[in-house]
Amino acid sequence: MNITVLLSMVPDLVEELEIDASGAALDTQWLRYVISESDDHALEQALLLKDRHGASVSVMALDYGDADQVLFAALARGADEAVKLTGIPEAGLGKRAAAATFKEALGGIRTDLILTGVQAIDDLDAHVAGMLGGMMALPYVGVTRSVEPSGEGKVLVQKEYPGGAAAEIEVTLPAVIGVLSAPQPPRYVPVARIREVMKTRTLDEREAVPATVPAEPAIIRLFKPESAEHAQMLDGSPEELAEQIVKILEDRGLAP
Amino acid sequence: MSPAGQDVWVHVEHLKGRVAGHTYELLGKGREIADALAGRLIAVLVGSGVRPLAETLAADGVLYVEDAGLAEYTPGSHAAVMRALVEKEAPRAVLFGATSMGMDLASVLAAALERPLIVNCVNLQVRDGRTVATCQMCGGKLLCEAEASGPVVVTVMPGSFPAEAGLAKSPPPVEAVPMPATLETVGMRAIRLLEPEPGDVDITKSAVLVAVGRGIQRQDNIPLAEELAGALGGTVCASRPVVDQGWLPMSRQVGKSGMMVKPKLYLALGISGAPEHAEGMKDSDLIIAVNSDAKAPIFDIADYGIVIDMYDLLPALTQALQGRKA
Amino acid sequence: MTPMRELNWNIAEHKLIYAVFLPFLIVFLWGVFVTMRRWLLGRPDPRWDRLWERLVGVVAQAGVQFRILREAYAGVLHATLSWGFFVLLAATCLVLLQEYLGLPTLQGPFYLYFMSLVVDLFGVLALVGTGMALLRRWVLKPKRLVEPRGSDGYSVLLVLIFVILASGFVVEGLRIVATRDPWGAWSPGGWLFAQAFLGMPQEGLERLHRISWWGHAVAAFAFIAYLPFSRAMHILVAPLSIFFRSLEPLGRLPAGGGAGAEGPGASSLRQLTWKHLLDLDACTECGRCQAACPAWLSGAPLSPKGLVLDLRDHLRARLGHSNGGRAMVGDVITREVIWSCFTCGACHEMCPVYIEPVPKIVEMRRFLTSQGDVDATLQDTLTATSRYGNSLGQSPRARARWTQGLDVTIKDIRRERARYLWFVGDYASYDPAARDATRAAARVLHRAGVDFGILYDGESGSGNDARRVGEEGLFEMLVEKNLATMRGCEFDEIMTTDPHTYNTLKNEYPRFGATWPVVHYSEVLDRLVQPDGVRLTRKLSRRVTYHDPCYLGRYNGVFDAPRRVLRALGAELVEMPRNRRSSYCCGAGGGRIWMKEAAGIKERPAESRVREAAALDAVGTLVVACPKEMAMFRDAVKTTGLEDRLVIKDLAELVEEATTLEVSGHA
Repeated sequence: MNITVLLSMVPDLVEELEIDASGAALDTQWLRYVISESDDHALEQALLLKDRHGASVSVMALDYGDADQVLFAALARGADEAVKLTGIPEAGLGKRAAAATFKEALGGIRTDLILTGVQAIDDLDAHVAGMLGGMMALPYVGVTRSVEPSGEGKVLVQKEYPGGAAAEIEVTLPAVIGVLSAPQPPRYVPVARIREVMKTRTLDEREAVPATVPAEPAIIRLFKPESAEHAQMLDGSPEELAEQIVKILEDRGLAP
Repeated sequence: MSPAGQDVWVHVEHLKGRVAGHTYELLGKGREIADALAGRLIAVLVGSGVRPLAETLAADGVLYVEDAGLAEYTPGSHAAVMRALVEKEAPRAVLFGATSMGMDLASVLAAALERPLIVNCVNLQVRDGRTVATCQMCGGKLLCEAEASGPVVVTVMPGSFPAEAGLAKSPPPVEAVPMPATLETVGMRAIRLLEPEPGDVDITKSAVLVAVGRGIQRQDNIPLAEELAGALGGTVCASRPVVDQGWLPMSRQVGKSGMMVKPKLYLALGISGAPEHAEGMKDSDLIIAVNSDAKAPIFDIADYGIVIDMYDLLPALTQALQGRKA
Repeated sequence: MTPMRELNWNIAEHKLIYAVFLPFLIVFLWGVFVTMRRWLLGRPDPRWDRLWERLVGVVAQAGVQFRILREAYAGVLHATLSWGFFVLLAATCLVLLQEYLGLPTLQGPFYLYFMSLVVDLFGVLALVGTGMALLRRWVLKPKRLVEPRGSDGYSVLLVLIFVILASGFVVEGLRIVATRDPWGAWSPGGWLFAQAFLGMPQEGLERLHRISWWGHAVAAFAFIAYLPFSRAMHILVAPLSIFFRSLEPLGRLPAGGGAGAEGPGASSLRQLTWKHLLDLDACTECGRCQAACPAWLSGAPLSPKGLVLDLRDHLRARLGHSNGGRAMVGDVITREVIWSCFTCGACHEMCPVYIEPVPKIVEMRRFLTSQGDVDATLQDTLTATSRYGNSLGQSPRARARWTQGLDVTIKDIRRERARYLWFVGDYASYDPAARDATRAAARVLHRAGVDFGILYDGESGSGNDARRVGEEGLFEMLVEKNLATMRGCEFDEIMTTDPHTYNTLKNEYPRFGATWPVVHYSEVLDRLVQPDGVRLTRKLSRRVTYHDPCYLGRYNGVFDAPRRVLRALGAELVEMPRNRRSSYCCGAGGGRIWMKEAAGIKERPAESRVREAAALDAVGTLVVACPKEMAMFRDAVKTTGLEDRLVIKDLAELVEEATTLEVSGHA
C-alpha cells in the first residue's frame, strides 16, 4: 500500500497569539509553528500501518514555517520519502488553497491512501482532509480513530462519534481519510536520529502548482474572547476559599 | 451557482433513531437567519425509516430522502445525497453541526460545489444581506468574524444556541424527495456501530460532577478528587487527556468525543477549558473552575473561578464539606 | 633455649601435599579463567590511568575496608573474618619461607610474638567473625540480605571457613600436647583446644594430629577450589573492581557505546563495558545499596542489588547458552526497573566494592530512548525540551518572565559584561514554586552588589536530566545551543541555583569546550556572608535542618558552603539522620520528575524525607538549595499533613529574611 500523509504547520499555542495591525490576521513575527496535532496522528496512523502490514509512507508539506524540521522528523520516525512543495507564501496558504495545492501535487503520485488530520486549528475552513476528498472526488471519511487494511484495495476505519461510540466503515481505495487520532500516541523520535536524518537524507523539493480556489470568506476581524462573561473570581486562603464554595453551594441547595 | 436561492438549510443529524440535540439549536438559529434573508428554513432529513423524526423539527419544510442504502450513515452516501440536493436547489446557506458527521459532510460538500466553508461557528447573523459568522480558532484562544456574501456552508459548535426554538410545536410539511444520487460509486459501506465500552457509571445522570483535567498530574491524585466527589455526593469525570492516559475509563469523558453533561454543579479541577471540552459541559447549571493558570479559557465559561494549585484547595474543601455533613 | 617450632612435625609425608593440592588448584584456575572470560564479552573501557591512586584505593577499601566499617556489626564481622584470614594466609606463607629459603620464621621472638601469639589471636578473631556472620545469616536475617532475593551461598562458605579455622586450632592443640610445647600458652587459641587432649596417649595424639593436619589442608584446598564458583569469589574480584573503579566524577556520565549496529546504549551485555561485567562478579550481595536506594525504599521495583544479581545471572546463563532468548532490556531488567532510578548515586556511595549501577541503568535508558520506548509523560517532556528548550513545555520567550516585577534590573549578559553568568535553568525559571526562590536569590545578590547577568531567552535547559534519561542527542543539542550563546558573552564564572544544572555545566560541558569555573549560589552566598561581606541585619534565631541535594552534595562535594551560610545567618542547624553523603533523594532526579509514578509506591522519597525532617526536635524549617526540591517537598508536606510542622525555605529566602527584616520592620 502506498500511503501519502499531508502535514501542515499551525500556530503553536504555547506562544501568546498576537493579532497584526490589520486586525484580521495573526502577527507572523511572533508566530511559532508546530505540526498540526491531528496531522501528527495521521502520520502515526500511517507508520502503524507500515509497521504492522507493510506500506510505503510518503509525507508531503507546503514550504512555510518549520516544514523542513517537520519533514525530517517524519523521515526519522519512519516515513520513506518526504516531499516539500515550494513557492508557498511565507505565511502559508488558506486551508482550501492548501487542499487544492496538495491535490495538484498528488496528481502525479501513485497513492492508495491519503491520510491527514481531520482539522487544523488555524483557519475558517479547517478541514483540508474533507475538502481534498471533495475536490478529488475520492471516498472520504473523517474523525477516525483507527485504520486497518481490509481485503484487497480496502481499509476498515473506525469513525468516532460522541460518547465513545464509533462506526466501522469499509472504504474502497484510493481514498482520503481525516484522522482524529491514531490508535496510539505519536511515537517519540530521538533527537540524534533526526539529526542523522538531516545529514543523510534530502527532501524531494517540488515547485507547487498554483491552484485556483473560489473566493474564500472574508475575515472581518480576529479577536481574543472577551472577558465580559468571565467567571467571578474568588480569592483567599484555601480554607477561606473552601468556605466561600460551601456558601455558594448552600445558597443553591447543592451542599450535601 | 444560482444567486436566487435565499433558503437556509439545516442538516438533520440523527443516530439510532434519535435526532442529535444540536440540530434543534441550528433550526432555532436558522430561523433568524432565514427571516433576515427573507428565505425559507428547510430541514434536510436523510435516512431510512426515519420520517417520524421530521415531526419534531421547527422548519418551514422538511426535505426527506428515504432509501434503504441510507439506513446506516456513511459520509460518502450522505454527502452524495446532500450534494445532489444542494446542487439542484441552491440554498443560500447550509448549516451542519461541528460534529463527527457534520464536519465530513460540510467539508466535502463545500469543496465539491466550490462553496465557501466556515467552521466551528459560535454565532451567526445576517448583516447587510451578508452572512456573518463568528468562529472559534486556535483552541478557543481566538475568535474570528468572517462574512460571506453568497452561498455558504457552515458548521456550528453544538451548544452555541438555545434548542427550544428549534423544537416544532406542530409537525412541519414534509416533502419526500426521490433518491437523487446513486450510492454505487461512494466507495464505502457501513459495517457496524461500535457501542462505547460499558462504563461503571452514567455521568450524564449525575447532578454533581467533579471533573479533573491535565492539572491532576498523576493517577495517584484521582482518589483526592474521588474523595471530594464523595463529600459532594457526586461523580468524578474527566477531560480527554486524563482518559487518554488511561487514568479513568472512557465512560467518564466529557466533551466532543465524550459525553455531553448538564449537571447542577460542575466543579472543574485543573481543566483548561479547550472548546472540545467546553462543548460537553458549558450548559451545566453552575460551573466552578479551579486552575493554576489565570488565563485558562475555562474561566470564560465558569460562574466562579479560583486561581490556585488544586492541591492546595482540595483538602480544605473536602474537609469543609465533610465537616458540614458531620 | 630459643623458642621455636619444628617444621612439619609429625608429617613425614608432607611433600605429598603438593600432589594433593594440584587438582584443587586446577579447579581453582579453571574457575578464575571462566569468570574472567565472561568479562571479555564487554566492550573496551580503558581503566589503567592513575595507577597509584587505584592502588591506594585497594589498600584502603579491600585492605583496611573503610567503607565496610561504616557499619558496626557487619563491619566488625567482615573485618575480623577477613583480617584473620589475611594474617593466617600470611603466616602460612612465612612458614614456606623457612621451608624453602631457610628464613628462621619459626624461631625466636618473631616466632613467639608474631607467629604464635598474633597469628593465633587473629585466628580467634576470624572464628568470632565467622560466628557473627552465621548468626547474622541464620538468626538476625537483615532485610537487605534476603530482599528481593538472597543467595544462601554464604552459609556453605561460612561453615567451611569454620571447619578450616577449627581444624587448624585442633592441629595446633594436638601438637602442643604431643610435643609438650613449652611455649604452648603463647598460642592461646591452640592452647585452649589443647586442654581437650590432655591425658591422651602419645600414639593417639600423633595419629589424630596427622588426620587433622590433612583434614585441615584438604578443607583449605576445597575452599580454594570452590572459591571461584562461590560467593567467596569477591575476595579476588572485589579488589579488582576497587582497583578499576571509576575515577571520574560521578556526575560525568560515560559517553556510552555509541551508535553501533544495535543502536546506541546497551540492549545486551555485549554493549556494556568489561568493567560493568566485572562489577557483576564483584557484588557481595551485601545490600547496602538497596538499603539506601530511594527507589527501593519507596516501593518501586528497582533494587540496585537486584539489578546486579539479575544481570549476573543473565551473564552466566548467556555463556551457558541457557538464557532462553531473554533480552537484557525488557525481560531480564524490565522497563519499570530501568525507569525507576533517580540517579541519586546513593548506591555508588554505599557500595564497598565500587560497583556502578547508575551508568548501567543510563546505558539501558539510552537504548530504550533510541527506540522511542519512553512513557507518555516523559515523551511529552522530551518533545517539549527539543521544541522549546525547556522541559516544562513553555514558551522560550517567557524564560525570563520571573524577572518581571522585580525592583532590580538584571543585566542581559549577552550585551553587557558581568562577573557571573547566572545560568538559571528550567525549574528555577518556570516552576511557580521555584520562581519565588529565584527572585529572592536575584534580590539578595543584587543588594550584595554581586555583578551578574542572565542569558534571558538565550538560555536553554542545561540537559543534565535529558542525559540521565538517555536522550544523548537532545543533551548534545542543548549543550551546543547554550555554548553558542555563552561563547558570545563576557563573564568570569558561571553561577547557578540548580544543582542538576551545576553538575552538567561543571562536569560534562567541558567535553564540549566549556572551560569556565562553575559555582553554586550557595558558594556565592557563602562568600557574601563572611564577616567582610554583606551586612546581615538580623540573626535568624531558629532551628533549621538542611537537605543536601544529591547533585550538589554527593555528586559534587558541596556540603559546607550552605551550612556555613545558615550558621552565619544565626540559624541553629540540626542535621537529619541522613545527611551529607548519605543524604536521601527528594525523588526528582534522573528525570523521574517527568515520569508517571511507578505503580505500588508506598511512600514517595520526598514524603519520607519531610517526615525525617519533621521528626527532629523543634525544627520547623527545612532548607533547600535546589529549585526542584521546592516543588517536591512542598507537595510532600501537603500529602503527609505536615504543613503545620514544617516550612520549606530556599537558602536564598533565608538570607533575604536576614538582610531585610530590619527594613520591613521600619515600614
